[in-house]
Amino acid sequence: MGISVKGASKKFGDFVALEDISIEVPDGSLTALLGPSGSGKSTLLRVIAGLEQPDAGRIVISDRDTTDVPVQDRGVGFVFQHYAAFKHMTVKNNIAFGLSIRKRPRKEIDTRVRELLQLVHLDGFADRYPSQLSGGQRQRMALARALAVEPEVLLLDEPFGALDANVRKELRVWLRRLHEEVHVTTIFVTHDQEEAMDVAEQIVVMNEGRIEQTGAPRDLYDHPSTEFVMGFVGPVNRRGALFIRPHDLEILQVPAVEAEEAMIERIVHLGFEARVELLLADGEQLWAQMTLAEAELMELAAGQIVYARPRHAKVFEPSGASRTEELAAA
Amino acid sequence: MTSVAGTRAAAPPRLARWPRLGRAALGRGLVTAYLSLIVLIPIAALVAKSTGGGLDAFWTSLTSPLAVSALKLILVVSVIVVVINVITGTAIAWVLVRDSFPGKRILNSVIDLPFALPTVVAGITLLALYGTASPVGIDVAFTRAAVVLALLFVTLPFVVRSVQPVLLELDREMEEAAASLGAGPLTTFRRVILPNLTPAILAGAALAFARAMGEFGSLVLLSGNLPKTQVPSLLIFAQIESGNTTGAAALSVTLLLIALVVLLLIGRLTHWSLRHAR
Repeated sequence: MGISVKGASKKFGDFVALEDISIEVPDGSLTALLGPSGSGKSTLLRVIAGLEQPDAGRIVISDRDTTDVPVQDRGVGFVFQHYAAFKHMTVKNNIAFGLSIRKRPRKEIDTRVRELLQLVHLDGFADRYPSQLSGGQRQRMALARALAVEPEVLLLDEPFGALDANVRKELRVWLRRLHEEVHVTTIFVTHDQEEAMDVAEQIVVMNEGRIEQTGAPRDLYDHPSTEFVMGFVGPVNRRGALFIRPHDLEILQVPAVEAEEAMIERIVHLGFEARVELLLADGEQLWAQMTLAEAELMELAAGQIVYARPRHAKVFEPSGASRTEELAAA
Repeated sequence: MTSVAGTRAAAPPRLARWPRLGRAALGRGLVTAYLSLIVLIPIAALVAKSTGGGLDAFWTSLTSPLAVSALKLILVVSVIVVVINVITGTAIAWVLVRDSFPGKRILNSVIDLPFALPTVVAGITLLALYGTASPVGIDVAFTRAAVVLALLFVTLPFVVRSVQPVLLELDREMEEAAASLGAGPLTTFRRVILPNLTPAILAGAALAFARAMGEFGSLVLLSGNLPKTQVPSLLIFAQIESGNTTGAAALSVTLLLIALVVLLLIGRLTHWSLRHAR
């Protein structure tokens, strides 16, 4: 059950979009494909949907090999970044589209559309046109349209990418709740690690057409298996071979073992968090993350000399292995 | 520095000193004056001329068998031409936008040639090709089919050129969305693409219709000066030559009225087809 991709490859001219990709998406799960632009995540989603044909490999959806099944018959719901709303149809007709081309009875369609409007909180908007909706409302309509045909899998391509930061956060929460309600196997593509962490149960990190790592959000953050994942799923400082998360960088006011002398260049206040930017003796820069209260308690200020010490850091061996070094003696 | 910046900010741009209403009135005034000089006054003069001999004379010249048959002919032919144009024009625009093939750019440029060619030349060319001495074995000289052919030639670019940019801008993801919802290519075309092209198709159709109604040059030779192929524009010319200027004016005004009614109808349709954009 669920979705499995087996050895999928895809080239566009000389550009390798996907290189021998294999993933397993458990039935009913919510999985994120995370990666920078050009990493192949959207291509992979489109290959699963059947909007793109892979050069090699198989796509299996709910135990059915769908590699050669056209998109029309794949039973996938697809949601696009820019909504792809049918501009000339009302919200109601947009949602009803899949059912009406299947020639379902009018009554059944009406009932189903009403349910879906409720599900996506668009009751009362049935007779509006997409141009009369906000971006967030259009995307919810697009989601309802995709769900109307009861797809086996739901595929979302950067669904919140075109929305304001606030709406994006709201829809994120809403999508997670929706998934708990409908429980359809869902894959969504995003380049925003916070979004992936917030919404997904499983994250597939992609880079340059390959999979870097697959795992639960917490796993990826705590145990990244490559430098790329370490840098992509969260902020990171690099000091020689050490990779240090900014919140793992401790600031002391007196010299200590393993602590380096540094000057505070700047303190940035971000709500409850403070970002302390440090300049080391050799000219390298690091930054430490702490709560504003901590920074105030220590009376940190720009120009001060302090001592920075990583609590732990990650080292990636050339062989591909990685280890965590516990450095704080305390 | 501050004071300089201050004065600059205080001085509004020249145009802003005009009151808003004044600027709007100026624009409207210019448009009205221009349209009056170029279009409205000549048409008013035409209307005055046509009714110069009284309404009776107007009616008599309009109901003469020649005038009636000419009006009927042009109406039927224009409708046929517009219908053909809507289909082939949309198809040509489709091919030019969606397909890629060698020579596409050249083909794209060829579309506008009927605009550049003096229409009399178009008439002669068509007559040479599809006339009595046709090298391809098609002889439609001096028939109504020839009228249709000539009008198809001169109205070719309208639908193509109005549909092309809209098709180019059309959101391809709408089609992918339709496909993912189970729609085959035909259903997608009928239910998603076509409704989005309708306003542009109608705009092209309106232009083509108006052009067809008044076409003269390409038909002069092709119609062979026979009553069965005499369109109003040719009849008007004949009437002017024989000194019947009132009759010519009456027929012209009628032609204009028909065109106006049809354009208004198409305008209504366009308005309806754009209801989603309001």
